Amino acid sequence: MTSFDYILQQVINAVSLGSLYALVAVGLSIVFGVLRLTNFAHGDVMMVGAFTTVVLNGLGLPFVPALVCGVAGAAFAGFLIERIAYRPIRSAPDVTRLLTSLAVTYILENLGILLFTSSPRNFPLPDVLNGAWQLAGGAITFTSINILTIALTLVSLVLLGWFITRTTVGLGMRAAAEDMAAAQLVGLDVNRLVIIAFLVASAYAGLAGVLWAAQAGVVQPQMGFTPLLKAFVAAIIGGFGSIAGALVGGYMLGALEIFIVAFMPDSVTPYRDAIVFALLIAFLLFRPGGLLKPNREIKL
Amino acid sequence: MSRPARIPVTVAAALLLAAVVAFGAPHVMGDYYVRILLLMGLNAILVLSLSLSNGFTGVFSLGHVGFIGAGAYLSGILSLTVQQKASLLPHLPAALNWFSLPFLPATLAAGLFTGLLAVVVGYPLMRLSGYFVSVATMGFLIIVNVVLINASDFTRGARTFTGVPLETSLPWVLGWLAVTLIVLARLIYSPFGRALKAVRDDTIAASAVGIDVLRARLIAFSIGAFFAGVGGSLYAHYLGSFSPVTFYFAMTMNLIAMLVLGGMGSLSGALVGVIGVTILSELLRSVERGFSIGDLKVPALFGASQIVLGFLFILIMIFRPKGIMGEREFTFGLTRQSAPNRQTEGQDP
Repeated sequence: MTSFDYILQQVINAVSLGSLYALVAVGLSIVFGVLRLTNFAHGDVMMVGAFTTVVLNGLGLPFVPALVCGVAGAAFAGFLIERIAYRPIRSAPDVTRLLTSLAVTYILENLGILLFTSSPRNFPLPDVLNGAWQLAGGAITFTSINILTIALTLVSLVLLGWFITRTTVGLGMRAAAEDMAAAQLVGLDVNRLVIIAFLVASAYAGLAGVLWAAQAGVVQPQMGFTPLLKAFVAAIIGGFGSIAGALVGGYMLGALEIFIVAFMPDSVTPYRDAIVFALLIAFLLFRPGGLLKPNREIKL
Repeated sequence: MSRPARIPVTVAAALLLAAVVAFGAPHVMGDYYVRILLLMGLNAILVLSLSLSNGFTGVFSLGHVGFIGAGAYLSGILSLTVQQKASLLPHLPAALNWFSLPFLPATLAAGLFTGLLAVVVGYPLMRLSGYFVSVATMGFLIIVNVVLINASDFTRGARTFTGVPLETSLPWVLGWLAVTLIVLARLIYSPFGRALKAVRDDTIAASAVGIDVLRARLIAFSIGAFFAGVGGSLYAHYLGSFSPVTFYFAMTMNLIAMLVLGGMGSLSGALVGVIGVTILSELLRSVERGFSIGDLKVPALFGASQIVLGFLFILIMIFRPKGIMGEREFTFGLTRQSAPNRQTEGQDP
């Protein structure tokens, strides 16, 4: 069974899944980098993006404009969340902010249930994206969505790289991430930077939400939960707050999950998530800075 | 009467009240209200056990429901009859399938099991603090959930675990609530309790004055987990049937909402939170079902109650981050000062 084709197939799957995790983790990392806030609501912003796309598509808008509107809708949701819930408690203790983001999750998820009921509905894909490709006489299969996911991840990450290294706003965001008080002292408008960080991160969430829903074929109000937890693990493995770390963590986690399923005995496979979260705990204990950051000492 | 004994006096008064309510309530109230009272008591046990680590020790655990679930399943497995075990759990190991425990021993076993589990889990995790410990304990909750779903020889997997005898009644719940309150009150308003608060307020200073931070946290975490297991067992015998999803994030969110709204630093706060949130959710639930005012029909709005609860939670976080009670306790005039950290320093036995 473990022929070269089989391995190659698993690598393709791993890269595709890893791209999704990386997309979500990058958004989490941007917010964490600037605000030191674990934004649990990020998964629900994914849901907002996916539902906006589905609803607009259902109203007759073609898929690509609908996707763009979905991403914009997610960004707007992120903006609202920051203004209403996070700004008033920006300087509160860590746990307060963690709890607030849990409350936001709770609200958004139930809002989704209120508007769309909790039953899953189909995610409409245009025919162009519905195809599957086969190589090596059917031994290797990948869908158009796989390719689209990987391609959009790459494009958006190049854009992000340009944005944070070449533009004034991006540089300001990095300064704020380094030291918010100092950034304020040298005259940066911190509120504006935080809003931009939320807009960018939530746009990423929206894109990831649409791609996730496209791969799963369905949308439902609780859809953001699993990717959020996985991206969270990815971000911590890579080094929370670092965008490169989120990428490395995302692809590593994608590979780990796919390879557990592909190469481990069947009795282990159902425990995949337990293994992943045990890894999370191990990282928190032994290398809380993640792979890409030096092991900063934790205050006991 | 010496001053430190006053907290137990308050508790004893509450106990007496509890006994009167437990045996009197079913005679004067309808079934619906008795059920709400029972749910409040049950949630109070769970929230109080959560407050020990999250409120008093500063270890903000998101994994508490993992212990509740483990306790519920263990107690459920132990109290099924032998015939039920044969039909529902045919692959149960031989050591577990030939007996059936009554309610009380099963509950104690569940508590001891989760307490020990907390020692094992807490030993590495209690080294972490703040946000890291929340994330790591959340990982623990997810691992418990995965195990409950996949260890189908013991738990029927994701299917409903059913057949647990319905033995949880108001006297049982209020009795266990009284035990929980007494143990926690004795613990928190003792030298050890002050050590816990010192660890919470300033870890470095606490270890500088010779408090073993890891040990203090571990003890608090394990005692909390013991009562979580007990509460889980009561919950199992209240519901009769449940599944892994019963003991997951929704329940976590609910318990944390109660704890935080009431005030994390006080036992009364936990109770106030439980009573407030329970009443509020019951009221909102009736709104949720839909109602009509005259000709105006309001349709059923599923999820509306949770949305209101979520907004309330955010408002509390913004305007009263310490919760309704903060660190104050109800003492009913039995002490001149609110009980924590005033005057009594150095006078305790």
